[in-house]
Amino acid sequence: MAAEAAQKAADKPVKKMMLILSKATLDNVYACFILANGARMEGIESEIFFTFFGLEAIQKEKLKNLHVATVGNPAMHMPTMLGGLPGMEALATKMMKNEMEKLDIPPVDEFLEILSASGTKLWACKLAMDMFHLEKNKLIDDLDGVLTVGDFYARAKGDGTHVLFI
Amino acid sequence: MEQVFAGVSVQVNDEGYLTDFSQWTREVGEDMAQKEGITMTDKHWEVINYLQEQERNEVPLTIRKIGKSGVVNIKEFYALFPNGPLKVSSKIAGIPKPVSCI
Repeated sequence: MAAEAAQKAADKPVKKMMLILSKATLDNVYACFILANGARMEGIESEIFFTFFGLEAIQKEKLKNLHVATVGNPAMHMPTMLGGLPGMEALATKMMKNEMEKLDIPPVDEFLEILSASGTKLWACKLAMDMFHLEKNKLIDDLDGVLTVGDFYARAKGDGTHVLFI
Repeated sequence: MEQVFAGVSVQVNDEGYLTDFSQWTREVGEDMAQKEGITMTDKHWEVINYLQEQERNEVPLTIRKIGKSGVVNIKEFYALFPNGPLKVSSKIAGIPKPVSCI
């Protein structure tokens, strides 16, 4: 009986993905967006909570200029000092954007439009906005609202919800 | 394996996608849609025709391409085929399940 109950629990599908984006390097932003979009494509609900530096991904003036991190990113396979050279981050970013275009991965602004159209809810963190003295009019028009952490958790209720921090 | 749609027996894989497009007919698609809980309208068929055309031209399908197709926008696409639009519409169209993450 216990085994049967455990199997039943294991077979329960994911119903909702609650993603928290706290960084605005291109690699993290795309990981978050692809997971959110992928959820919608599978018929799973998804929401993104943009907090701390993650807010840059929904700031109209900043979202087009996000970069790949070349410093402190071991996957770049280059010495940290080299990654810090002028122009290195721009070069790595340009190379990555080229590869992404080939795979039909949209640029950040278009991706946000796709997410919003697909029903992904986009939320900004109230505390982080206060900390950066950020006004709502600086954020994208597709934003669904500004939430506290408590509000966000309240939205996570229900069976089959997963919360993921990126 | 075999499955019967609209009174016709067709070959499908274990996820329910047709393995031989020549077995697809509008009636098969219609019945498949019904089993997915979808009532087909002209707009649905417009999308299905577009998907089949893309498949014939061997263009890999992504949600972004659908949005730029001029046939349907992304919001409408989700409204027409809820519960995984690209997956469900491809199944009804009788073409393979898309492999892209986008």
